[in-house]
Amino acid sequence: MQPSPPTVANDRRLEALFLHREIEEFNNAYAAALDDNRLTDWAEMFTDDAFYVIISRENADRGMPVGLIYCENKGMIYDRAFAHEKTEMFAPRYLRHIIGNTQILGEEANGDIRARANYVVVQVLYDRPEAKLHQVGVYHDKFRRVGDQLKLAERRCVYDNLLVDNALCLPV
Amino acid sequence: MMLRNADMTQDYVWPNDDLTVIPDWVYTDQAVYEREIERIFHGHTWNYVALEAEVPNPGDFIRSNVGPTAVVVARAADGTINVFENRCAHRASEFCRELRGNARAFICPYHQWTYDLKGNLIGIPFRRGAEGKGGMPRDFDVKQHGIRQLAVTSHRGVVFASYADDMEPLPDYLGPEVLREFEATFDGRKLKVLGHYRHSLPGNWKLYHENLKDPYHATLLHTFLVTFGLMVVGNRSLMLADKSGRHGVMASAKSDAKKLSGDAKKEMLAFKEGLTLREKRFMNFIEEFDSPWSVTMATIWPNLIVQREMNTLGVRQIVPDGPHEFVMKWTMFGFEGDDEEMTRHRLRQGNLMGPAGYLGLEDNEAIKFVQDGMRRVPNGTHLVKLDPENPQGTADTLISESAIRAMYRHWREAMGL
Repeated sequence: MQPSPPTVANDRRLEALFLHREIEEFNNAYAAALDDNRLTDWAEMFTDDAFYVIISRENADRGMPVGLIYCENKGMIYDRAFAHEKTEMFAPRYLRHIIGNTQILGEEANGDIRARANYVVVQVLYDRPEAKLHQVGVYHDKFRRVGDQLKLAERRCVYDNLLVDNALCLPV
Repeated sequence: MMLRNADMTQDYVWPNDDLTVIPDWVYTDQAVYEREIERIFHGHTWNYVALEAEVPNPGDFIRSNVGPTAVVVARAADGTINVFENRCAHRASEFCRELRGNARAFICPYHQWTYDLKGNLIGIPFRRGAEGKGGMPRDFDVKQHGIRQLAVTSHRGVVFASYADDMEPLPDYLGPEVLREFEATFDGRKLKVLGHYRHSLPGNWKLYHENLKDPYHATLLHTFLVTFGLMVVGNRSLMLADKSGRHGVMASAKSDAKKLSGDAKKEMLAFKEGLTLREKRFMNFIEEFDSPWSVTMATIWPNLIVQREMNTLGVRQIVPDGPHEFVMKWTMFGFEGDDEEMTRHRLRQGNLMGPAGYLGLEDNEAIKFVQDGMRRVPNGTHLVKLDPENPQGTADTLISESAIRAMYRHWREAMGL
């Protein structure tokens, strides 16, 4: 059988596949920056006008805006990165971010790409044997192309574990 | 040597009576914890349970707690707010599982015993049995078998409950000085709930009170407080304790940290010269309260913290869970009439507080460190000796622990220990 000739439909499917892969790679790099505690690199993954919030499912479902971390722009995201790296007092720990179930949901009027992905954050304290599931939730994202890079214009981290274990000492 | 049982009993003796040394068993002993539930949370106290704004309409309810005990807070058809145990009178099942909702009645899912919005038992399936057999005893009186209903009071939209039926009115319970600060925050404007935080802390519940009766730590632990002049040596400040010693208010007026003396800066490792934020609006204080203080943290015995940290506002409810653990439930709020920018300002400034707050997370970690320290050394004690000229009560210096000592004077009375 002859291979089918390229069609517009095939191009679209390929484009969607590339985009999906690109967003997965973005999320892998995002997880690596946080796991390696490179918080300035993490902050660089957002657009200047980015909105970033870590909000409980309880609040999100009811349209209540309070978040564990609430940033209205990249400046606030930088301030977070700086504080967690330089000023905050907390016990040392390792974190591991696992991001999966990536879905592309559509495109906004301004061209931003709507996507979502599930995440888990596992935390290890130096004096405890267990790696504890610290957060489990979903990212609701808007990605934007800036130059040749994808950046986050919005990341709403909606977590299911309403009862947070003591303190959230690093971003998710 | 044989270990005799007599050696294994805790004798609950305080090292001295001036309250400057606190024994660790106050924070680690199961029997002490159980007596606290009986004599403090279930005793002669007003316990915070809800904001009225969370149950605005008839049928509205939330799950809450008095001490560790689960309760339901519900608004009945007659508009009254009722608080009763979340525990079926039949087999003790915790029947209300939703965090909040609207209901006409509560039906225990196990055997469908049914309660009205005040906690009265109104229905028992097969009470008379079936086909002439079984059923409840003929003389069973539903009025004698409702669920435990608590006394309820509300002040400026804040709802409290008590197991005691002879409680004084809330203003008398708070005393005039603490009441003044309470009413400065709850100033009569209608509250608007902005959301909740919930977290568990691996420490004794009293450490949370102590942390907010300990202005000394505020000037040392928290870079954000010190560097941005929120609470710092040299500020106008007050550590208020009520006459009984159980309630307190830590209060401070924001100042310009640049005016700090060189000596004070040297004492405070947390002070970071030249630290600036990219988001300049973050530390703005928009005057909205009739109070000389830009920050007040009120500790209302036994389970409420009222946070007025400039413009980020919230109540925190302590739910103890054994001597080594407690849950905090935060309800953050603004006021009806806040415009969108004011709400966003409160949310931005909210980054200071909560389980991931610039200040909040440091407090949570410090409390964990203290409990860890106590659990790993048997029969230890620790010191609260600062400010000896002021044995117990209100202090006008931040370098004081007199409000902690005042709390323990009250605690020892209440506990008989």
